[in-house]
Parts: sequence; C-alpha cells; structure tokens
Amino acid sequence: MRILEVQNVSVLYMTGDFKEIGIKEYLIRRIKGDYHVNHFWADKDISFSLDKGEMLGIIGANGAGKSTLLKVISGIMEPTEGTVVRRGTIAALLELASGFDGDLTVRENTYLRGAMLGYTREFMDQTYQQIIDFAELQAFQNHPFKQLSSGMKSRLAFSIASLVRPDMLILDEVLSVGDGAFRKKSEEKMREIIHGGATTILVSHSLEQVRSMCTKVLWLDKGRQIAFGSDVAKICDEYQAFLAAK
Amino acid sequence: MAVNVIQKYGFLFSELVKRDFKKKYKRTVLGMTWSVLSPLLTLFVMRLVFTRFFGQNIPHYTIYLFCGNLIFSYFSESTNQGMASLMSNAGIFTKVNIPKYLFLLSKNVQTLINFGLTLVVFLVFCILDQIVFTWKFLLLLYPIVCLMLFNIGLGLILSALFVFFRDIQYLWSVFLQLLMYLSAIFYTIDRYSHTTQCLFLLNPVYLFIRYFRKIVIEASVPSIWFHLLMAFDVAVVLGIGCFIYKKYHMKFLYYV
Repeated sequence: MRILEVQNVSVLYMTGDFKEIGIKEYLIRRIKGDYHVNHFWADKDISFSLDKGEMLGIIGANGAGKSTLLKVISGIMEPTEGTVVRRGTIAALLELASGFDGDLTVRENTYLRGAMLGYTREFMDQTYQQIIDFAELQAFQNHPFKQLSSGMKSRLAFSIASLVRPDMLILDEVLSVGDGAFRKKSEEKMREIIHGGATTILVSHSLEQVRSMCTKVLWLDKGRQIAFGSDVAKICDEYQAFLAAK
Repeated sequence: MAVNVIQKYGFLFSELVKRDFKKKYKRTVLGMTWSVLSPLLTLFVMRLVFTRFFGQNIPHYTIYLFCGNLIFSYFSESTNQGMASLMSNAGIFTKVNIPKYLFLLSKNVQTLINFGLTLVVFLVFCILDQIVFTWKFLLLLYPIVCLMLFNIGLGLILSALFVFFRDIQYLWSVFLQLLMYLSAIFYTIDRYSHTTQCLFLLNPVYLFIRYFRKIVIEASVPSIWFHLLMAFDVAVVLGIGCFIYKKYHMKFLYYV
C-alpha cells in the first residue's frame, strides 16, 4: 500500500533581510535600497514514493534540501510546485528537543507532545508508563523539563514518537544523540517499528546507519535529486565516491 | 467539519490551555490573585485621583470606573498576549504540523478566565455599591461574547504582524495608551458636542464599556442599532483577521 507519494516537489525558499526586522528598519532599508530578499530552490523536482513498511534514508551534504523536504512531507511547509499525498498519521521528529516547554514537568511535556503528534488522551494514559520506562526517566517524571540533560531530552522525544505507533515516522538526525546504550536500544526499537509495518524516513549523516537499516535511499545534492532506489548499497557507494572526490 | 476539528485537536487544545495556565500562574494561588489584583489596583488609584474631578457628577462612580477598567484590562491583556502567541510558539509550529491558530485561542481562553475572575469581583462591588440586579444583567453576555471574538480577531491580525515586524509590540503599547484615554474610562462624554459624542461610537472599546454601564448603572437596554454597530465592528475585525491568517499562515516559518 502506498503511504507516501511525492511528485515533482519543488520548494522556493526565501531568506534575507526580512527576518527579525521592525517596520522602522524595513522602511529605512527600503529607502536606502538596502533591502534584499533571496529566493532559491531548496528542493527542485523531487519525486519518490514509499510503501508500507519501507524505510527510506535521505543522504546528502549540508544544504542539500533534506530538512526542507522533511518539512514538506510532514505538512509544515507547502511545496511551491508539485504534490505530496500522505496516508495515515505522521509523527515527525525534527530537531528533537525543541518544542518542549522547560517550565512544565516531564509528565506534562509528554502529554503535550503526544497531543501534538495527534494521539488521544486515552492512548496517552495507556502508553505513558511505557514511554517513561523506555526513556528511563522514572525518577524525573515530576521534575521541570529544563532540569534534564540534553541526552535525557532526546531520549524522551524518541520514546514518545516511537511508542505511539504512527503510520509514518520521520526522523531527522535522531539516532546520533544519546549514549551508546540508548542508541543501541533505539536502533532495536526502530527495527521493531519497521517490522511492525510503520513507514520510516531517516535523515542521517551516518552512511553506516543507512546501509544497515534502510530499504530505500534518496540522494539529494543542492536541492536536486541525484538518485533514488532500493539498491541501497550501490547508491551509498556512489555517494561515498562522490564525497571522496570532492 | 467543526466536529471533526474538535475531535482531532481537542486534546491538544486542552493541553495547550493547561500549559498556558500553569505558566501564567506559576502553580501558585498568589499568581491567580495577582492577576485579579492588578486591575483592582488601577481602579483604586483612579478612584483616588479622579473622584474630585469627575466623580461628583457621576453616580456610582466606582462602578463607572470599574466598567471601564474591567473591559479595557481584558482588551489590552488579550491583545497583548494574542500578539505574542505565535512568536512564543515558533519552536513548535516550525517543527510540528498543527494549526497555528490554536496557540492564539489557548491564550484567549486564559485571558477570558482572568476576565471571568475580575467579573466576579466586579459583581461583588456592584452589591456593595447597592446596584439593583435585574434580568437585564443577562444581556451582558452579548458584549462579552462580542469582545471575546473582537479580541480573537485583533489577535489574528497582531500576531501575524508581530511575526513580520518586531516593533509592532511597542507601537501597539503606545496605541493602547492613547486608546485608553479615548475610551472614556474615567470621564463622561456628556460635556462634548453631539458630533463629538458620535465620534466616540467609532471606538469599539468604548462601545463595550458603554454597554456595560447602560445595563449595570442605568438599568436600560441599548438600542438595536447599538447592538448592530457592535456586531459590525466584530465582524470586520474578525473577517480581516481570518483573511490575514489564511493568506499568510504558511509563510510564518520563513520569518521566525
């Protein structure tokens, strides 16, 4: 069954002087002719599709358009051109520890995050204990979130997203955080999710991880789609050769 | 469709309201008291300072002042908080796909609760000032609902503007200050010419205050035109707010 279909997606990204600006500064810059807005294609003509249970690895250097593509897939951004068709619930974990509130307790944050990911209160009541156990934060449930270490924060984020069984899970550089033991545990969890039928998208700089876990690979470079396919080993080899040649 | 949205985002919305509530009151009873105390202090100072100049000719001057303060403090708190609601949640809506208007609505629930608490104190003051309670008090629901929608509409406009231009915050606080003086909170407009008095009706905040005073102090029901004018103001502001939100909400993430 098709879970995700991305067709000819292009995103015209803008950046420039409009950020963090006031009306006063805007007008002065306008008058002086010192107001610049750059538009560029963060992603251009990306097409691929994923079936149920597949795991896609997205590879590419910094600025390749990976994060933008993930935002489009999860619906945070609209593509300038092209279409994205999704089926089922999506849990996107972009930049893990963000979006939590430092003043709320771990328990409150867990419920809030669960709600953001689209789960019901009943579901959270049932799964809460499991989430805390997996994240190994039993002793911190009623502590303010800001007291946690960054490793603990990402452990919690990962646990919430992976235990709530989405149809599609989007992970951006997630597995590179946490200590060795937790990394191993989370990789096991990921395999479990994949075998459980969830479709997963993983952005990783660790080719090793992509090779060992992914069933499909998408290679992006400067917003363009260089390769996409299920021949993971071949595309990874090419990518490695490309990196070495640079 | 509305049922669908409530089903889908009801849990998230209640969690957001809880979060805003906890952060605002910092889990203390004093925090809650403080937010009621602050309009009361304003009232106290105004009563002390202005009674000599305006109080003599205005019956129930304390209640007269309180009507103005009650409405204006709700209005200014709600618009100020509404304005910041998007920016302070930028870390969330750039990472998770949820409707951004939820942040604004959640802030508005919180300010509404605050308003409700102050309203209770207001009613107690009415009893102390020997105001006669009539069935007409029920009509106060109309300006309250209108004001709530008006605040949401302005919140939609201001929060979008705040994302685009960061100095809106300062401009708005200056504007609020001016509006406060134009809303006849501590004086009456009886001494002005008829034309000037009509000009006051252009100020929506004055309409809300006037409605409260008519019902509470004069025990009379405003005309149907008064009701329609209020509804018109609300419809315009809410309409513009929704339009701006709809047009720009996918652009916000470029600006934060």
